[in-house]
Amino acid sequence: MDADKTLDCLGLYCPMPIVKTSLAVDELDEGQVLEVLADDVGIKDDMPAWCKTTGNEFLGIEEKDGEYRVYVRKRSG
Amino acid sequence: MDDRPEKKKMTIIVFSGELDKALASFILATTAGSMGMEVTMFFTFWGLNVLKKNEGPIKSPGIMRKMLNRMNRGGTKRLHLSKFHMMGAGTAMIKKLMADSNIPQLEELMRMAKDLGVKFIVCTTSCGMMGLDVQNPEAFRTELIDGYAGAATYLGAATDAEVNLFI
Repeated sequence: MDADKTLDCLGLYCPMPIVKTSLAVDELDEGQVLEVLADDVGIKDDMPAWCKTTGNEFLGIEEKDGEYRVYVRKRSG
Repeated sequence: MDDRPEKKKMTIIVFSGELDKALASFILATTAGSMGMEVTMFFTFWGLNVLKKNEGPIKSPGIMRKMLNRMNRGGTKRLHLSKFHMMGAGTAMIKKLMADSNIPQLEELMRMAKDLGVKFIVCTTSCGMMGLDVQNPEAFRTELIDGYAGAATYLGAATDAEVNLFI
């Protein structure tokens, strides 16, 4: 998936990937896509929950060898 | 159409003055702040230790209060684990394990909470009973504190919030 920005959260546990995602999405333009790299399994449930609460769009997650690529589109409006 | 969810609110009563419980409080506060929630933390009783200055003496009137504040000195550097403190060895080990796992230390979480707009309110009743001068920058890290209030303020905030925790 194409992303406008990639955030490296490898080696980080809750709450850092979510806190960093929140800061990174703040800097994006509306509609842009953030890719988050993470290896804490908690991200699989945490990121959809964060998106639901903040109104950003959860686009999906790819898993490979214990690493996750998570995609989030910044909400418009 | 605006599908932005209404801003949710959370309150946390930080009653405990132990490192592990303070960490749990601030991990939840920073995460909620990152989720766009309005977070208010009320520090009361032993929880006041989290906001005490690390340096210098804590002054208080009367022999009983002096003894209390000497034995219960507080400050983030002095907080113990609620289990396995073991004269400091257990607490030092947990701090090392956390650092090795890239988990932020308490001070860093507190700074992040402030950056995310989390409000810190100090309970004036506990301060009065313990002889702590709430507005005195020699006792408390007043630069972090947004307000001094009592139970009615807490309940006012709690009735307006979706998530209310007592830690």
